[in-house]
Amino acid sequence: MKRILSGPVTGSYGLIVLTLWGWLLSIAAHAVIETYEFSSPALEVRYHTLSQELRCPKCQNQNIADSNAPIARDLRVVLVEQLEAGQSDEQILAFMVARYGEFVRYRPAVDRNTAVLWWAPALLIGAGLIALAFHFRGRGAAVPPALTASETAELKKLMEDDSL
Amino acid sequence: MWLIRVSNLQARRFLPLLGFGLLSVLLFRGLSLDPTALPAARLGQPFPEFVKLELQSGEAIGVADLSQRPALVNVWATWCYSCRVEHPFLLELAEAEIPIYGLNYKDDATKARAWLGQLGDPYALNIVDAEGSLGLDLGVYGAPETYVIDQEGTIVHRHVGILDARVFAADFAAWFPPVSVGATSRARKGSVAQ
Repeated sequence: MKRILSGPVTGSYGLIVLTLWGWLLSIAAHAVIETYEFSSPALEVRYHTLSQELRCPKCQNQNIADSNAPIARDLRVVLVEQLEAGQSDEQILAFMVARYGEFVRYRPAVDRNTAVLWWAPALLIGAGLIALAFHFRGRGAAVPPALTASETAELKKLMEDDSL
Repeated sequence: MWLIRVSNLQARRFLPLLGFGLLSVLLFRGLSLDPTALPAARLGQPFPEFVKLELQSGEAIGVADLSQRPALVNVWATWCYSCRVEHPFLLELAEAEIPIYGLNYKDDATKARAWLGQLGDPYALNIVDAEGSLGLDLGVYGAPETYVIDQEGTIVHRHVGILDARVFAADFAAWFPPVSVGATSRARKGSVAQ
């Protein structure tokens, strides 16, 4: 059977790359397509940053940029209005948090509830490093004691004994 | 030295078990948590100011028109199927003289009036929030949602989803004089819910 791609190996490799590429494209295609007119490119940049950082209250694991839920659309409209009205990022986030709680931020402020979220990774890495240190130190101590003179002699004898 | 090493080794054998145990506790706890439950940011705050039309009378109403005693604010819409499911229970609550204010959320006023004409109107007033701005100020993210406001107009409770006799008895009854509701809604439920 004739292959169109250059060979069996490159063929399957190409297929994998193609699949992965398609996969990437499908993720990008989730973003909702809408058109908003911004008075300046800077506002548009901030719109994209904020809409990706704000979480949709209805469909919980999507940001408002990706979600098709009506509430996400409403929040995008509010976001555009507030950006055009000259609100700062902090003011906009405060507006959203006042209504939907700290939940709406994918980067919540550090407080009592989110402390674990913020500090757990550092603590876990620290704990891992300490565990590793103990592990390797323990290994160093486990080296067997040196052989005594009689043991060395016996070993030597055994090594040189060709009859074994 | 030798003794310590042995006991260390024995303790080490139980480390995976310990890890498994901790993980089990964590995951078991997770089973009984509701991941869709959100913090209600507006709890303990006054009901947001608004100027909206009343659905039936067409008059402008505001926060001052809400009653001076504990009341429910029910977020509903004709596009919301769950609202139809909870509607009979709201009628019962209204019959038990619990004031219910409707927040007709992102709906068509004509359709909403037709719905109330057909199914009955449990609402003392109905706030028309066609564009959803009052809903946004309240932190509404869907329908139905039901809030309790106390006599000072402070938001004291929020429930997301269908309000029924069980939810009312568990989370709402504390704010209202004892009423016997739910006797008929349970019988109806089977025929309505799908």
